[in-house]
Amino acid sequence: MPEVRIASGNELVAEAALAAGCRFYAGYPITPSSEIPERLSKRLPELGGVFMQFEDEIASVIAAIGASYAGYKAMTASSGPGISLKQEGIGLACMMELPLVIVNVMRGGPSTGLPTRVSQADYMQARWGTHGDHLIITVAPATLLECYTETVRAFNLAEKYRAPVFILSDATLSHLHGRVELPAAASFEIIERRQPSVAPEDYYPYDVDRFGPIPPLPNRDNFPRYRFHMTGLNKDKGGFPTENPTVVNADERRMVAKIMDDRKAIDSCEYYRLDDAQVAVVAYGSNATAARVAVNDARQRGIKAGLFRPITVWPFPEAQVRELAGRVPKILVTEMNLGQMVYEVERAARGQAEIITVLQAAGTPIRPAQILQQIQVAAGKVVGDSIRREVLV
Amino acid sequence: MPFHYELRFVGAGGQGNMLAGTIIAEAAIFYENKYATQVPTYTSQVRGGPTKADVIIDDQPIEFAESTHIDFLLALDQRAFELYKGDLKVNALVLIDSHLVQVSPEDQQRRDVYAYPIVRTAKYEIGKLVTANILAVGLTVELTAVLDKENVRKAIRACVPAAFLDLNMRAYDLGLQAARELRSRKRQLMAADRLACPSMVPPSDVLTALAPSTCGQPLTA
Repeated sequence: MPEVRIASGNELVAEAALAAGCRFYAGYPITPSSEIPERLSKRLPELGGVFMQFEDEIASVIAAIGASYAGYKAMTASSGPGISLKQEGIGLACMMELPLVIVNVMRGGPSTGLPTRVSQADYMQARWGTHGDHLIITVAPATLLECYTETVRAFNLAEKYRAPVFILSDATLSHLHGRVELPAAASFEIIERRQPSVAPEDYYPYDVDRFGPIPPLPNRDNFPRYRFHMTGLNKDKGGFPTENPTVVNADERRMVAKIMDDRKAIDSCEYYRLDDAQVAVVAYGSNATAARVAVNDARQRGIKAGLFRPITVWPFPEAQVRELAGRVPKILVTEMNLGQMVYEVERAARGQAEIITVLQAAGTPIRPAQILQQIQVAAGKVVGDSIRREVLV
Repeated sequence: MPFHYELRFVGAGGQGNMLAGTIIAEAAIFYENKYATQVPTYTSQVRGGPTKADVIIDDQPIEFAESTHIDFLLALDQRAFELYKGDLKVNALVLIDSHLVQVSPEDQQRRDVYAYPIVRTAKYEIGKLVTANILAVGLTVELTAVLDKENVRKAIRACVPAAFLDLNMRAYDLGLQAARELRSRKRQLMAADRLACPSMVPPSDVLTALAPSTCGQPLTA
């Protein structure tokens, strides 16, 4: 029996983190992410975990990295301005290859922007925010249930690939309060980091020749016995700095390839009413709920519309979009920003389909009617009249 | 016929509109086994900025949680009312605080408007300004008749601090009763109320009275 709960998106992210085994949280509160630390500050001590509020975002992400180094499943959460500050630390987690979950509850920007209002303008930041070649797996929940299930998945991916993972939530989803039927704890898989099978003196944290592309990493029980070095500099198998071009080049390639080579296990997309679609809407996060309503409304009007929703938004589902563009003449990309994911869609579509957009950076959610209007335009069924007939303002 | 009902609670930050929305949503979910969502929106001001809580109740899972076809609107603040009165259905139920919100003749004509001195009654009759939102919940439940009164009572009990339970129950009952009276003699009461209180209470005074201990504290975002 699923457990019926009433909770907000943020509360569900916090609860899911605990269910996934997170026992260390470090952060600095910021709207609209603050309910995550609020909940964890109460719950983590109850479970023998550690909650720490730091002086700023930089210190907190570094602390979470330290906890992960010491074998703990760790998380930090923030929003736009705080994520900008954390980027340096996120790069450190990439280079050290430490599991870490970073929640970005997106709000308006740049800078302080619209602290309490919704946006999806950090889509590209999640991919390219920190410097250097790197790839951070990024998941974008769209519903309350997914706030829970995708957070569990984010922890699993982080542990499995020894890498930081982003959760891209947004202000609307984070504060949405409603009914959710949570899966029983026993029904989902929890992945723990692979443990070294060698003696402590034979263990090197990046010994890919011995262990393969994702070497094991001691958990909190084994950490005291295994002594190893890690650094933000390009490293050798022992975790010490190296400038050997061959070693560095191979290491840089491996850090991206360990994710790209296993995409089948990482990709997650939803196909909704796309079998016979003439217009495919591409949307993610809370905006996808508006897109789904618009698709259903379009179908009621006899327009063959469908929804393609990336749930793993990075790495971008390139092959899936290419296949879609090969069979659907028009693709409508909608985002709560001035157009970011649309670049990826265009790149993947390779000119096979016409691409149109519904974009808005107003701090308010895009409404189903706005998307429906453009679906109708795309389908060549433009209506001059307002679609919201019932509404008189 | 599938059931779908949209409510919107608007006011100034600190008046308790969010909690009012939460109570309605939780009553629907926990005690009536329906689907419901509550979506709050507020400004970066802690108190005083326009706030809005959208509540949707449905017998099916809710896809898009922002209200776009509103059946019922509660307004406790003029600015928030003007900002968020869009999306109302024709003949939507509108409940306003008769001292804090004025409705234009056009709105009056197009909507089913009820007015009651919610904040003033909470302050002087119940004796605690913070019960205004529960009083409003009482009025809402009676006017909309979409939820069972006793189920909402259970939700209130679960949401308010134990020390203020009796006071809030009194506010709830008073709201239910007031709504019954309002409905039976809607127009007369509005006219009488206007005559008795010709001047509007400035919202800033109300807000100061709402949260005296927090005035002057830094705002956080």
